[in-house]
Amino acid sequence: MPSRAWKPRLKKTYAAVLTTAIVGVAAGCGKARASNTTQKQARDTTLTSAPAGGLRATLPAGSDVGQGSGEWTLPGRDLGNSRYSPLTDINVANVQNLKIATTFSTGVQHGHEGQPLVVGSTMYVVTPYPNFLYSIDLTKPGGALNWTYAPPTDARAVGIACCDIVNRGASYADGKIVYNTLDAQTVAVDAKTGKEVWRTQVGHPDIGETITMAPLVVKNKVIVGNSGAELGVRGYVVALDLGTGKQLWKAWSTGPDTDVLIGPDFKPFYPADRGTDLGVKTWNKDQWKLGGGTVWGWVSYDPELNLIYYATANPGVWNPDLRPGDNKWSITLFARDPETGHAKWAYQFVKHDAWDYDEIMENVLVDMPFNGQPRKLLIHPGRTGFVYTFDRGTGELLRAEKFQPINWADHVDLKTGQAVEVPEKRTHDGVVTRNICPSSTGAKDQQPSAFSPRTGLIYIPAHNVCMDYEGVEANYIAGTPYLGASVKMYAGPGDGSRGELVAWDPIAGRKICGVKEDLPLWSGVLATAGDVVFYGTMDGWFKAIDARTCAELWKFKTGSGIVGNPIEYRGPDGKAYVAVYSGIGGWMGAVAFPDISLDDPYAALGVVGAVPDIKKKSAMGGTLYVFGF
Amino acid sequence: MSSDSDHDRRTTNRQAWPELAVLLVPLLAFVAVLGSIAARHPAPSLRVCADPNNLPFSDSLGRGFENRIAEMVARDFGRRLEYTWWPQRRGFARNTLRAGRCDVVIGVPSSYELASPTRPYYRSTYVFVTRAGRHAPVTSFDDPALRSMRIGIHLMGDDYANSPAALALLRRGLGSRIVGYMIYGDYSRPHPPSALIDAVVNDDVDVAVAWGPLAGYFAKTSAVPLELTPVRPQIDLPFTPFAYDIAMGVRRGDTTWRAQLDSELVRRRGEIQKILSDFGVPVVDARASRAGGRS
Repeated sequence: MPSRAWKPRLKKTYAAVLTTAIVGVAAGCGKARASNTTQKQARDTTLTSAPAGGLRATLPAGSDVGQGSGEWTLPGRDLGNSRYSPLTDINVANVQNLKIATTFSTGVQHGHEGQPLVVGSTMYVVTPYPNFLYSIDLTKPGGALNWTYAPPTDARAVGIACCDIVNRGASYADGKIVYNTLDAQTVAVDAKTGKEVWRTQVGHPDIGETITMAPLVVKNKVIVGNSGAELGVRGYVVALDLGTGKQLWKAWSTGPDTDVLIGPDFKPFYPADRGTDLGVKTWNKDQWKLGGGTVWGWVSYDPELNLIYYATANPGVWNPDLRPGDNKWSITLFARDPETGHAKWAYQFVKHDAWDYDEIMENVLVDMPFNGQPRKLLIHPGRTGFVYTFDRGTGELLRAEKFQPINWADHVDLKTGQAVEVPEKRTHDGVVTRNICPSSTGAKDQQPSAFSPRTGLIYIPAHNVCMDYEGVEANYIAGTPYLGASVKMYAGPGDGSRGELVAWDPIAGRKICGVKEDLPLWSGVLATAGDVVFYGTMDGWFKAIDARTCAELWKFKTGSGIVGNPIEYRGPDGKAYVAVYSGIGGWMGAVAFPDISLDDPYAALGVVGAVPDIKKKSAMGGTLYVFGF
Repeated sequence: MSSDSDHDRRTTNRQAWPELAVLLVPLLAFVAVLGSIAARHPAPSLRVCADPNNLPFSDSLGRGFENRIAEMVARDFGRRLEYTWWPQRRGFARNTLRAGRCDVVIGVPSSYELASPTRPYYRSTYVFVTRAGRHAPVTSFDDPALRSMRIGIHLMGDDYANSPAALALLRRGLGSRIVGYMIYGDYSRPHPPSALIDAVVNDDVDVAVAWGPLAGYFAKTSAVPLELTPVRPQIDLPFTPFAYDIAMGVRRGDTTWRAQLDSELVRRRGEIQKILSDFGVPVVDARASRAGGRS
């Protein structure tokens, strides 16, 4: 019997995993003493020789709001967006026994980005537009629906959203589920009763604004940002009062310092980001008013430094020649005081964007030794193809290395913080530019990475897609003919694989291992204390790999492509479960939709060429899958 | 009857002839039954997709020139006119015509790839719009006066696309003179693209480069006299055209329907020109400006 052969080994590994995980949880709970111990441990261990137990990092003090309870109450589980589950029940030794536990159809097709929440014995699911909120009682066999909240929404938003009608999830705080609707409202719903507590119209669909991001609740403030740079809107972040929904502050991404909430406390690390009113001066005339820099990605928070972190989208409008200047504060990482909204520091990843390198990616907060010194780090795996590692207190860039084969820049100069570009890869209208890597979709997009304090690695869902910028073609908006560049996307260099799950050492700045995937990875990642990493593919496979070797341990074929983010939680029965949405969509995934035609060069903003085969590999869907033993 | 329809009928008759001799009587009876059914049911509708808020082209009150043309076509085909309203922006063709929600879009560029275009029924041009008498009219992108002017143009947002005026101005180092107005505008206001013409009226810009039909219509009704001058060059080398043929768009593969519309456009050429003229649409001679155009 095969079971005899593996049983003893399982026991041993399991015990080791369990012990070290307990240490990990303790260290993650915010005790300074525990943190020091771990840093010492980490210094003593090299990656290659790390025993199953060594902790290489800790999560920031106070960031684990779930306190290791097995809940998943925020989009990235903790305030630092680690997407690390401290549960060890499902681990490298037993993950191959995972079986489907239950499923739930959301009743909505289209891209299921985001992730469910688990609070106590209840699971909460937010759907793509029309943005239903389902409450599922996990104590009932297979889960039973408690209630559904259907927000009043404006259907016109569907015609405005650029890249499918997605929603990236909710946050739980103070008895409320808080999330955003496509038509740019934020709603707070009583987590027990399903009754609306408040609803605030944050943005205005009439001028092209939508909201797709998951809000983060920080100290009774709901942090929300807008989408819609494709329509020339001006980006911002607002803080709403968790109790009432009233707006407390608003920080624009472009414009004068008074709009951007830049004051005397603003101390950017690099000279290129210093000066007054750069949000106006780095633009031609009043073009900052159409300047883009929306905030549709992930927000992180460090309770000790009391700073929120997020990055802004690409500048508007197309094309770069139309907006001479650095175009601040587009494609910029901000650190802000959540009380006032005032900026503490900022770092612009890409000046005067020419590629749509919309840098709203997750900022993962971890405490780790760097060059032997304990540092409070912020890891930003970028659309640009670089993994940026910052000191999150000061904004100093400690490391920036390529995690995919990209060529728009040679490297990032750590002294100046500036990318050293390859000039011939800059796009200009009317100029044919070939073989630009990555394509506008980036070396990754919004799909969030996960970080394991046990391995010290960040697990990045990556894309390997390049593009050609070709001639212009006539198109039509509002009765007006205009000229659009024809952007062709295709698989990047290598064996033809367009995606990769990359296990990356942010300290050494190198890949440790990876899994090549045929399609670009559009799902988020989950890392667990069981040393398992979960992710999904656009053709519907949900996979578990070994966090240290990237060896595939288990997989399951779901009904549709996966563009959602897996979570792990402990159910009311005391058992651990892993959950993920299956439902193709989003930007690239939209190619699977029957109404997106392969002969439409403008459909889904040029991505048709990158993934025409998705039509044969996934149909639309919308189902929650839950796995357990 | 147009020549195209005659041709279709002749073809049908020739193919059907051997059967016809045998089936003539039952066939006639069947046609009679069909006729009585049709009399008791409403006529099939002419399904048109249009923007509900985009004068002078169309609006939900039927006040645009595309509404007028659609009404004429519906009358001629003996059909009830039925609209599906959708803002004409990215996704318009995908969500309307290609989704089967309608059978024709009244105005598309004849090089439009998302529809099968009929023969073009008018050709217009981008124009310089200035306040009359304010300064010598701008006639060319090479006019030195542009160097000191505030130049209003439409911007499309961040989807790799621009007004051709943006390209011509950039090419001449005039990018810093540009004042951008989003083509999408604020959709809660009437006909949002007209904000560009308002900018000339309100002196927010010295000159606007606007698509002819929009400029022509709002110049007609403007309280401040405006001067419209077709832009020169009409094709800015290497490949930036400013004059475009406009056709009706049907779904690809709807060839019979497209042929019927082609005939209608020929038949109704005079009436259509009259409607365009009523709306102040500047029409350019296709032969004069087509050379080198994409079509």
